[in-house]
Amino acid sequence: MRYLLVEDNLALAKAILDRLSLNGHVADHATSVETAHDFLRVSDYDLILLDIMLPDGDGRQLLKEYRANSGKTPIIALTARSQVSDRVGVLDLGADDYLTKPFDFSELEARCRAVIRRQGGAAQNIKRFGNTVYDGVSGKLSVNDVSLRLRNRELRLLEVFINAPDQLFSKSKLVDRLFSHEDDVAENAIEVYVARLRKQLESSDLKIITERGMGYRLSVL
Amino acid sequence: MTDRVRESGSIRRRLLVQLLSGAGILALILFLVVQDFTKQLAEENQDNILRASVTSVLDAAAVQNGQITIDIPYSAFSMLGNVSDDRVFYKITQNSKFLTGYDSLPEAKLAKPLAQLQVSTANYLGEEVRLVTSTRLLSNAGVPVLISVTIAQTRNGQKQTLAFISRRVSMLGFGFFTIAAILTVYSAQSTVRPLRRLAASVSRRGPQDLRPVAAPVPREMVPLVDALNKFMGRLKKSLSQSEEFIAEAAHRVRTPLATLRTQAELTLHRVERDETREALREMIRAIDESSRAAGQLLDHAMVTFRTDYLEVQKLDLREMVCGLVENMRPVADLKDIFVELESGSAINIMGDPILIQNAVRNLIDNAIKYSPVESMVKLSFTYASDIIGLIIQDEGIGFPKEDRANLTNRFVRGSNVGGRIGSGLGLTIADDVVRAHGGSLSIENNAKGNGACVTLYFPSC
Repeated sequence: MRYLLVEDNLALAKAILDRLSLNGHVADHATSVETAHDFLRVSDYDLILLDIMLPDGDGRQLLKEYRANSGKTPIIALTARSQVSDRVGVLDLGADDYLTKPFDFSELEARCRAVIRRQGGAAQNIKRFGNTVYDGVSGKLSVNDVSLRLRNRELRLLEVFINAPDQLFSKSKLVDRLFSHEDDVAENAIEVYVARLRKQLESSDLKIITERGMGYRLSVL
Repeated sequence: MTDRVRESGSIRRRLLVQLLSGAGILALILFLVVQDFTKQLAEENQDNILRASVTSVLDAAAVQNGQITIDIPYSAFSMLGNVSDDRVFYKITQNSKFLTGYDSLPEAKLAKPLAQLQVSTANYLGEEVRLVTSTRLLSNAGVPVLISVTIAQTRNGQKQTLAFISRRVSMLGFGFFTIAAILTVYSAQSTVRPLRRLAASVSRRGPQDLRPVAAPVPREMVPLVDALNKFMGRLKKSLSQSEEFIAEAAHRVRTPLATLRTQAELTLHRVERDETREALREMIRAIDESSRAAGQLLDHAMVTFRTDYLEVQKLDLREMVCGLVENMRPVADLKDIFVELESGSAINIMGDPILIQNAVRNLIDNAIKYSPVESMVKLSFTYASDIIGLIIQDEGIGFPKEDRANLTNRFVRGSNVGGRIGSGLGLTIADDVVRAHGGSLSIENNAKGNGACVTLYFPSC
């Protein structure tokens, strides 16, 4: 997936970019309205993350112009302004969703997924591992052409593994990726989801290996 | 906010009273003047004829063969007959000795003999009469003879005529008054009309409509409208300043918090030591808590501010809730919570969409927050004759019975919230919003099983 992030706060932008690449996405970063225009002129994106307050202008203006020039890419607005008055305005201008800063990364991921899925089939992000096919956009997993019903958390756990096969993840890293910090969860809650995912992947070529005392990793047979 | 304006009488009534009493007095004066004038005219007419009659009778007096003869001319009385059917009396004396006529008829006093003929009023035979006396000096063989003629006429006819004229004049006065009254009512109406129009155009406006009054107004009202326009300008400025301030304050608070949270999260991914990781998680939780509190405080300020200037419009509650549910679904999905919304036809209520969205969002947010993973949040509607309820049920921790009464107070949270992040303002906001719309908020637990059951009641339209 190709993202464009328009955000002038460099620390925040770096964090978002890191997180996006962790999830296996490619992202360009613009720090102003002008550079955002430049990027949009030369590339196509699957999703745009747009900060509203930018040093050289208002993100809403960019949003309006982009939609007026029949730009179709879904846009999620990032705003630190008061929710009540700005929320409605941003959506009316053609944003597909918005997120109030500071936000939880898992919520950002969830909203990106929802927006891309709503856009419908334009983007595809299919990964194949032997007899197993995973579509990152629709969040569908199929083994031997039989599609499986996975819960959201199982899917997200799978996604963490799929984006970095053979990489070792400690339980506590997985907790950070899977749960928002709002939930007070014990690390062994991860075991439950790993067990469930294993069950789903029983006949798949994908296997989750336990490295005792270290964590888990995904292995492709 | 809604102190009653103290009244100091009505301009319309004052105009009506003043103009109508003016017209009344004028009509009365008209009546009196015309009546007096006609009366004088009639009297003068009768007096002149009486004078002429007396003169013509005296003229007819002559000395013939040493005898005084008076051949009373027919015209002398026929003239009087022309005026009215009143009775005529006369008396002729010679050197104060009764000659002919009505002996008892009094004579008008003469200031001096041969002076200008005086007409006076007297009572004769129980009737009021006007009478004129005149004298003439004849010479009978060198002896002077003083002939005195008195003619009197009753005044009944004249009175009848006067009464007739009075009736006509009073009708005229009444007509005058009626026309004046109609004009007065009309002019009072048209004087007050621009005022009414202005009042209506100002009160018809929405609470956010603070444009100056543009319609033309009469010159006398220009200072008032001018002052009103200036006042609205100041109000608009101060309103937009408060709104701008709230938005700006949110921005100022949240931006550094966002940076802080981001840095903490980045560090969390880099470090391995469990104690450090735990500390960083605590930090992120604290940041989330403060940013949430800041957001809710500002939302609460905005809600409090907006409830004073409700922007009410007709809206479809089901459609609005449906949009909110779709918007919250990604967040619910993160915990594998299924949000179910009862489907059906449009539910129209009158309300401020931004406020109601805020209230419902807070409640859905609460339901998701306090629900366990892989549970269900259910939204449905309930209808009564004049009330519509939006019911939000979850399978979460519910409300402790002893806390329920206080949960809508600011910063009050249930005793069972544990470590969940919250500001204690969500239910306060929801309660403020429904109250501002004339509704109410009910906080219960589900009758069966666990979980909260919150209902927002709105008056139906």
